[in-house]
Amino acid sequence: MNKYEIKAIILSSAVLAIFFFAILYNLFARKIDVPACIPYDAAFQQSAVKKTDDKHYEVYVIAKMWTFDPAEIVVDPGSTVDFYLSSADVVHGFDIENTSVNMMAVPGAINKVTVQFNDYGTYRIVCHEYCGAGHHNMMGKVMVMPTN
Amino acid sequence: MTISDSYRKTILTGLFMPMTLFILGAYNGVMQTLYRAGVINQNEVAGINYYQGLTMHGVINAIVLTTFFAVVFGHVTMSHYLKKEPPKWSYKISMVLMVAGTIIDTVLMILGKAQALYTFYAPLKNSPLFYLGTSLLIVGSWIAFFGWIQVYTAWRKENRERKMPIAVLGTFVNFTMWFIASIPVAYESLVILLPWSAGWTNDVNVPLTRMLFWMFGHPLVYFWLLPAYIAFYTILPKVSGGKLYSGNAARLAFLLFLILSTPVGVHHQFSEPVMGQGTKLWVSILTYAVSIPSFMTAFTVGASLELAGRKRGGKGLFGWMGKLPWFQSGNYLVGYFLSGLLLFIFGGLSGIVNASYALNQMVHNTGWVPGHFHMTVAGPVLLVILGMSIYMYSKVAGKRIRFLTIVTIVPYIWMIGVALLSHGLMAGGLMGEPRRTNLGMTYTNPQSDLFNSHWIPSTSMAMIGGILMGVAALLYFISFFATALSKKTAVPQIELPEAEELHEERPVRLLHNMRPWIIASVVLTLITYVPSLQNVFKYSKPVPGKFSTDSPVNETNIHNNKTAADEKPD
Ligand code: HEM
Ligand SMILES: [Cu+2]
Ligand SMILES: [Cu+2]
Repeated sequence: MNKYEIKAIILSSAVLAIFFFAILYNLFARKIDVPACIPYDAAFQQSAVKKTDDKHYEVYVIAKMWTFDPAEIVVDPGSTVDFYLSSADVVHGFDIENTSVNMMAVPGAINKVTVQFNDYGTYRIVCHEYCGAGHHNMMGKVMVMPTN
Repeated sequence: MTISDSYRKTILTGLFMPMTLFILGAYNGVMQTLYRAGVINQNEVAGINYYQGLTMHGVINAIVLTTFFAVVFGHVTMSHYLKKEPPKWSYKISMVLMVAGTIIDTVLMILGKAQALYTFYAPLKNSPLFYLGTSLLIVGSWIAFFGWIQVYTAWRKENRERKMPIAVLGTFVNFTMWFIASIPVAYESLVILLPWSAGWTNDVNVPLTRMLFWMFGHPLVYFWLLPAYIAFYTILPKVSGGKLYSGNAARLAFLLFLILSTPVGVHHQFSEPVMGQGTKLWVSILTYAVSIPSFMTAFTVGASLELAGRKRGGKGLFGWMGKLPWFQSGNYLVGYFLSGLLLFIFGGLSGIVNASYALNQMVHNTGWVPGHFHMTVAGPVLLVILGMSIYMYSKVAGKRIRFLTIVTIVPYIWMIGVALLSHGLMAGGLMGEPRRTNLGMTYTNPQSDLFNSHWIPSTSMAMIGGILMGVAALLYFISFFATALSKKTAVPQIELPEAEELHEERPVRLLHNMRPWIIASVVLTLITYVPSLQNVFKYSKPVPGKFSTDSPVNETNIHNNKTAADEKPD
């Protein structure tokens, strides 16, 4: 190895080290994580929006050809929402715009993320995995507004 | 070297047939950009619906064209460097299986009996024959590999003290990785999905099929890429007028791919249930590790090019770039390689974003993803395929290239097209634009309730890029087919430009023995996939499900109800 090769190795390792640090920082300091595993249970095949306390919801979503159930989810501003996602038929996507929620709905498995909605407004939920002929019609909404 | 008739015919078939299908693949690509930009607000055009077209686009471009090229380029490198033809049984059987598999798949896609896209995710189902066709194509490619092992063993006996040529090492690494990785997908297709689609079984464990698919799916992308790397290391330095900066670095890069490409498939599954977060983080780290051989390649290939530019009189920090033989019809291959490399810089950088664990949540399954991989697979990979295909065709058929000027400018038009297409797709992706979606029906259709005006500029940008790529492809086809259909003017032969190494390096034992690397590859794969498999069985259940793309009705239920009704005594 000559001196240029050594310099290049140091430089590229440094770049990767910075990126890697950024991943760990986001994961541990800012608690930004990927979806979690929940053991499969047929009970999750029932859609529901449950308000567990003042600022906390549990939302059970079923994706199916070609809608989300529930199609509209209303939550209070500032609340934290646990989304539990499953599919009644084929694989679907579940991407809520302007949030970090981006999951796959896989039949026979349950996906879960937690997210906080601070700003008022309507957030579109787009199915972004091909799920058959009506795939491009499959959209839902999260509406963030006072619920009472 | 001169070659036998049957070997020549096999190679020419392996170039001609996929290139013919690529007309259909490219056509559908351009159409996708028109639908997505909202210019077409229909389900289908000319009898091909959006998703059927997208299935053709993925299968033909990314599986058929790339696999045929890897095999044919493998034949040519083996024969060029070892000065032997592979055994006749191997290249014949291999080509027959690959052609048969491709014909089966193509017919099914045209008939609409396979339109679950090239990833064929269950429980959407294709005709059972589709899984068979794809398996034939893959197994066909293995058989070519078995033939090469035999020629190499014979060559080794006669040339005890010579090093394994870098191109041969690259090809062996590529096919070893391919062989290991296609076992899971063969299992998925033949053991799980074929019987299920044929109606012999009902339940399917969807997370398991997805895991098996991606064990193959990631190595697949390196299988596309490594032939291009072989060309960058062993051909580009020669045709650009330089020398290969370091042979040992080239060997090390290939061997690192061998160990690191199979275990990282889970990085396509960061957004899924079932895989644990620990596995996902581990795979994110491993994926960073695979970027090391790509960084090394960038360095070595860049240094070889700088050498070439300086030899041609280039001065200063960047002056050598201008001196490279751009736009020279006598040296058209250089244009394909350099355009591909320029795109690949951005393909690599966007890939690091995808690999970055939680950052993936921003881009997963949005337009960003096809934006990224058109700068890899439709960048260096396709440009090397186009450049080398016409080069090999003209040598092996003994025909002069027609419309050489066209062949010379095609890569530059293509490069600009890809840059615009990817820019549009990536910008849209960051605004949540979904991939694999006929946006023109709803999201970019002002008549629809779902219309979203933010996605118009990005999809329009992608469309302009797509049209430019279509123009480049059309020009290329004119020249390729005019060449292929012209009269023979020279003796058919196999011949590749062969780069010399800059210094005579001390051979490193470890870089000349593939065995420890293969073992490391298997060990790393087990470390990653044993926990993944445990998770699959811990967190998921097989479900009775079978769906065609046009109806939400579960076919396993229809079937069960019917039998239940039949058995009811009256
Ligand atoms: C003719 C120029 C091309 C154009 C205009 C084009 C355009 C596109 C577009 C817009 C998509 C996204 C469609 C969607 O997700 O809804 C796409 C997907 C794709 N393209 Fe291309 N492309 C071209 C050439 C290529 C080439 C040369 C390759 C590979 C060799 C390729 C491989 C793919 C693959 C694998 C997909 C993903 C398919 C899927 O999601 O199932 N494309 N292309
Ligand atoms: Cu869907
Ligand atoms: Cu990958």
